[in-house]
Amino acid sequence: MNITGMDLTTVQYLTDFSYIIAIACFILSLKWLSTPATARRGVLVGEIGAGLAVLTTFFNPELVQFQWILIALLVGAIVGIPLGLVQMKAVPQRTAMSHAFGALAAALIGISEYYLHVHDLTKFQMVEISMEVIIGCLSFTGSLIAAGKLQEWLPQRPIVYKGQNFVSFSVLGAAVLAALILIFNPTAPFVFPAMVVISLLFGVMLVTPIGGADMPTVIALLNSYVGLTAALLGFVLNSKVLVVAGALDGSSGFILAVVMCKAMNRSFTNVLFGAFGQLQVSAKAAEEERTVHTATPEEAAAILASANTVLIVPGYGMAVAQAQHKVRELLDVLGKKGVDVKFGIHPVAGRMPGHMNVLLAEADVPYDKLVEMDAANSEMPQTDVALIIGANDVTNPAAKTDQSSPIYGMPIIEVDRARTVMVIKRSLNPGFAGIDNPLYYIDKTMMLFGDAKAFVSGIVKELTGGGE
Amino acid sequence: MPEGFVSNLYVFLLAGFLGFELIRRVSPLLHTPLMALTNALDAIVVVAAIIIAGRRGTVLSYTLGAIAVAAAFSNMVGGFLITDRMLRMFKLSGRKKP
Repeated sequence: MNITGMDLTTVQYLTDFSYIIAIACFILSLKWLSTPATARRGVLVGEIGAGLAVLTTFFNPELVQFQWILIALLVGAIVGIPLGLVQMKAVPQRTAMSHAFGALAAALIGISEYYLHVHDLTKFQMVEISMEVIIGCLSFTGSLIAAGKLQEWLPQRPIVYKGQNFVSFSVLGAAVLAALILIFNPTAPFVFPAMVVISLLFGVMLVTPIGGADMPTVIALLNSYVGLTAALLGFVLNSKVLVVAGALDGSSGFILAVVMCKAMNRSFTNVLFGAFGQLQVSAKAAEEERTVHTATPEEAAAILASANTVLIVPGYGMAVAQAQHKVRELLDVLGKKGVDVKFGIHPVAGRMPGHMNVLLAEADVPYDKLVEMDAANSEMPQTDVALIIGANDVTNPAAKTDQSSPIYGMPIIEVDRARTVMVIKRSLNPGFAGIDNPLYYIDKTMMLFGDAKAFVSGIVKELTGGGE
Repeated sequence: MPEGFVSNLYVFLLAGFLGFELIRRVSPLLHTPLMALTNALDAIVVVAAIIIAGRRGTVLSYTLGAIAVAAAFSNMVGGFLITDRMLRMFKLSGRKKP
């Protein structure tokens, strides 16, 4: 059946050409995304490419019924639009959910291909399908767990038990074994469903032990897996548009994961199997009370107002407290007083790559006020005040000095080289990874205890009230 | 070997290298929108799902195909939407507007 009346070869050529145009659009889309000035054009051209590919697919002569497709597209739009409208603080979990959906779609197509062709699959095709289904299934459940952790439906702390890595690898081994059986006997009963279930289980086991502080790397790695799944599906279906889109997505996730790992001075294996921050037996816990200097919003405001340069270092704590709008007010009021305020952004601050930038952009902080770690560090000696809001490990000087620290070697924003350091924090409890921070006890550090939003708003009130 | 495997491998390799070169140039400022956008582009698997859901098959293939269409299309719609929303928020300060 053919809804256009064109002959099949014509339809085939048109489909191929529209897919090639779509691929060109995708490449331009990523190219234009490189800077904020052209980025929105990139989204538009991506939409054009995707829309064109979807539309031409409807002319595929193999299609015999449309009602299920249209209902499914409607359901997809109903689910997708709210997911596109979430608040910026929910972006990390939204991203994890979209990885889950992407992996689910690709895995289901692979599963359905298996059952449609089970009696005439070659060994080679079986290899492709098995790889695709295993990676798709584990990315699906892994992403769900990551989303659960980010939404705090699941505990963010790493969940570990003895012999965990051995058990996890045995489960992965079982999935590979099932795939091997299928390659030699694709019709072996129950082996394929078993492989699917085992892979789903492995995804859960892979992400459960990983702590919240490692989420930027995990999200990026899952992104890479999802892309790889789509590319493998392209091999299974002999569809080049999928191969290209999957390869682009896969390499993007991989690069981001590498950037995140470098920013923590850790390897992939360490992130995946190291269960960071589980048992921080603090050797210093027994040590006698160390003294800290504290300050009130009034005192903090006075110091900030008399500074020439201020560097604000935001972290996950700012996101949790939703303090970014108050921080923007602080930027405005200090700016009016002639204080030069910049933001120092550590690559792994927050829960996903670029998290802080989006939160600050949401609060209308101009992006030319945001500086990357290296630039922030080179300006540090000229910085009068470094104000840390909800960031912990990324400013911890133990990363440079204490070889026994679990974060030793991690590049940090070296706030201890600024003239004065202020840390807004709820209490002296160690941060998320449970690592003690010597920064709090040095002489030039002032601890500003309290909720980030309330404290910043106290400072702003003082500056606006007292300044007139 | 299935038809097209070698040419698909060429395409995969070239697209992978191209991806590296393109993504390397994306400012770290935009890493979150980048992830949202690549998610939306990856949702192109919807075209394969449409064919599975709509061509002659079994109840199983219609069902799996339809779920895959919904999952992938939600990524496509939601991904483009949120990328654009995020990018609209990125502004330069005061008078230095581009």
